[in-house]
Amino acid sequence: MSTATKAPQVDPALQVRDPAETQRRIKMGGTLLLVAALIFYFWWSIDDELVYYLLTGERTRDTEPGELATHPVTLVCGVLVLAASAAAFLGLIRRGAVTLISMLIVGIAFLLCFVIWAYADLDVAFKPWITNPLPGTFAIATPLVLGALAGCLCERAGVINVAIEGQFLAGAFFASVVASLTYSAGAGLLGGIVAGVGISAMLALFSIRYLVNQVVLGVVLVVFAQGLTNFLLDQIPNEPKIKAYLNEPPKLDDIAIPGLSELPFIGEAMFNQTILVYLMYASVVIVTLIMFETRWGLRVRSVGEHPKAADTVGIKVRRIRWQAILFAGVFAGLGGAYYTVGSTGSFDKNASSGNGFIALAAVIMGRWHPLWATFAALFFGFMSSLRDQLTLVNKIPSELLTMTPYLATVIAVAGFVGRVRPPAADGEPYVKS
Amino acid sequence: MPDQGQSDEGGPPPSGSTVTKDKPAGSHRRADNRMAGWLPSVTVTFASIALALLVGAVLILVSDREVIESFSYFFSYPWDAFRSSASAIGESYKALVTGSVGSGGAITATLERAAPLICAGLAVTLAFRAGLFNIGAQGQLVLGAICAGYVGFHYDLPPVAHVVAALAAGLAGGALWGGLVGLLKARTGAHEVITTIMLNYVGAALLTYLLTKESFQQPGSDNPRSEKVAADATFPELLGVHSGILLALLAAVGVWWLLERSTVGFELRAVGANADAGRTAGMSVAKVYTLAMIVAGLLAGLAGAQQVLGHQDSLTANFGGSIGFDAITVALLGRATPLGTVLAGLLFGALSTGGLAMQASAASTPLALTQVLQALIVLFVAAPALVKAVFRFRESDDGGAVMAKGWNS
Repeated sequence: MSTATKAPQVDPALQVRDPAETQRRIKMGGTLLLVAALIFYFWWSIDDELVYYLLTGERTRDTEPGELATHPVTLVCGVLVLAASAAAFLGLIRRGAVTLISMLIVGIAFLLCFVIWAYADLDVAFKPWITNPLPGTFAIATPLVLGALAGCLCERAGVINVAIEGQFLAGAFFASVVASLTYSAGAGLLGGIVAGVGISAMLALFSIRYLVNQVVLGVVLVVFAQGLTNFLLDQIPNEPKIKAYLNEPPKLDDIAIPGLSELPFIGEAMFNQTILVYLMYASVVIVTLIMFETRWGLRVRSVGEHPKAADTVGIKVRRIRWQAILFAGVFAGLGGAYYTVGSTGSFDKNASSGNGFIALAAVIMGRWHPLWATFAALFFGFMSSLRDQLTLVNKIPSELLTMTPYLATVIAVAGFVGRVRPPAADGEPYVKS
Repeated sequence: MPDQGQSDEGGPPPSGSTVTKDKPAGSHRRADNRMAGWLPSVTVTFASIALALLVGAVLILVSDREVIESFSYFFSYPWDAFRSSASAIGESYKALVTGSVGSGGAITATLERAAPLICAGLAVTLAFRAGLFNIGAQGQLVLGAICAGYVGFHYDLPPVAHVVAALAAGLAGGALWGGLVGLLKARTGAHEVITTIMLNYVGAALLTYLLTKESFQQPGSDNPRSEKVAADATFPELLGVHSGILLALLAAVGVWWLLERSTVGFELRAVGANADAGRTAGMSVAKVYTLAMIVAGLLAGLAGAQQVLGHQDSLTANFGGSIGFDAITVALLGRATPLGTVLAGLLFGALSTGGLAMQASAASTPLALTQVLQALIVLFVAAPALVKAVFRFRESDDGGAVMAKGWNS
């Protein structure tokens, strides 16, 4: 104890430095320096004094936009990041919460400056206003979160779920068909759930009963769902009368939650949404609580970590896995329903366009934890929403902008998430011996 | 070593007891161990294909209007229903066969379709053996095609040098994209599933971006379509097929040699089977991951190069189709072995060319059916226990599915 308190008084030259720590300092400090340099470049290159923003409410003839002074803001951000870089070099940014918070601040500062730069100096008659990226974020992230929850549930139980994309597709298709038949978007959600659970059942049957390699199985189920939905879509005749009954569903209505939807900045984005989005919030809470606070959740996690031990204490490993996978299908199916009744309406080929794989990436990025996976999905949604917004501004070629959310994810994963540890028995079928 | 792991997971549930059950019935056959190794898996594969075709037949019936109508008066005149069913199934599958292997042109089309599938499949196979799940063949292929195509249409080189240079550029492009994944995994631990998925999108976006650039477009045109690759830069034809298929086979042999006969391959398989054990044995896991992904990218780049250099084609935004994704199924159907991948690639090539013919046939079966067929074949092959149960095969221990392993690598 006493040596620990005295340690700082030892001659600095005699202190042992961990080389890994030094390396980390240099890496982090260098990266931040690079970010600061970029921000200063923005500061230097912007000519416009002001950019305009509108974060709440609709744009009408009379709305006055907010004004943002470009140079002071970018300069402050630049100095902030520079300070963070210096702190990193000096080793003041410790691992853990401090790193997380400072990286968050740096990230926000950088994005802010980037957006200001993108909106400044535009050669157009009417300056576009910076709008709120949050509504787009939630629109894009809703299915991803639901898919990621499904992935977490399956993988925590020890069954790899690469088939989220397949569940999305099946969910989207059947949600559309059921909603069209019943002329009720709510019934469509039920259809989506049934389809998601259906693919889940295939996943469970083949992985638990027939011991198929789960990565193979997942890929195959995606192809199967693609083929099946395309095939069934081809079967719907192109006559308007019949089509109206099969693939022209009503869409879910937005429901404003009184009070909450009036909140500035987040109100419109979070609390004036379809029922599906509220279901997504509820799902995150439910899955997290069930997984970490209930007996069943403990069992799910135990069969995913050490099925043999679980079996020894009398837990029915296969039964728990079946339950977890089927339960996961509910969320994945709901996520799929977003792509038809939740947003565009009728089902198109490959409606979910690979987003199931992004949900899978969110599961891994979130370290198989429902809350972190949700954040990962929201991060992706935010970046995509920002991208969509900047595409309208035309400062950067939209084809290049397209790749930003994906690049950002790679950077986030390589820079901050790093090595992840899956549930120990993930992907291993359990065979009683 | 991998065999042991496979039979553990791939066999029917109590794998120990099946061996003993097998003994009285077929003990004389067990003498020839090598036979016993692959024969059952061949039967299971064929049975799986048959089973998949059976399910496909049902879907054909459902999709044929005439059949459905004939079933509406099934009870008054059942013969009609049977006749129309038989003709619909017959027409479709006849078209499938003749369209894929029925004529010289069909065989050419099948082979040329199979060649990139094989190469990209090998990219997935190789990574799989190193314990990496490479979903990124699509992106690596696109990068390969961009580089190969650019060298192919932009530069003016002497005949032989041109095709070699274009091919080398394609390989380098793919290797760059794959190596990036391996490097990120080795240096930062970034999970390859995430990075490959993301780099697929980045590659696709890069291609669409480049196609908006002057230097990538045909002169005087604004279409997102590149110039045609110069005639010098295309693969020479052999017997009416471009020699890309030969390269694919060479690549398969190369991968086989690398995996089974070389030190690097041994390290690769060892790390793939158990990374911790490999590390303990003194292997550099980081090096193996990087190397495996570079070579995988190289192979996918070859697939991309074949797509553009095969027939003097131009680059378009979706020239690659879904080859990179189909390659995953090909590799998995081939049980992550080079020979298996080649055979699976040929089968999938045949199915996709045959599928087009099926769509054009009298029964006009939707193209999506082939996708269902492909999925079912792989599914059944991967579930030998199911196929054996359906066909009531005599139980025997077969090769098992591809390494039953999870994310832990």
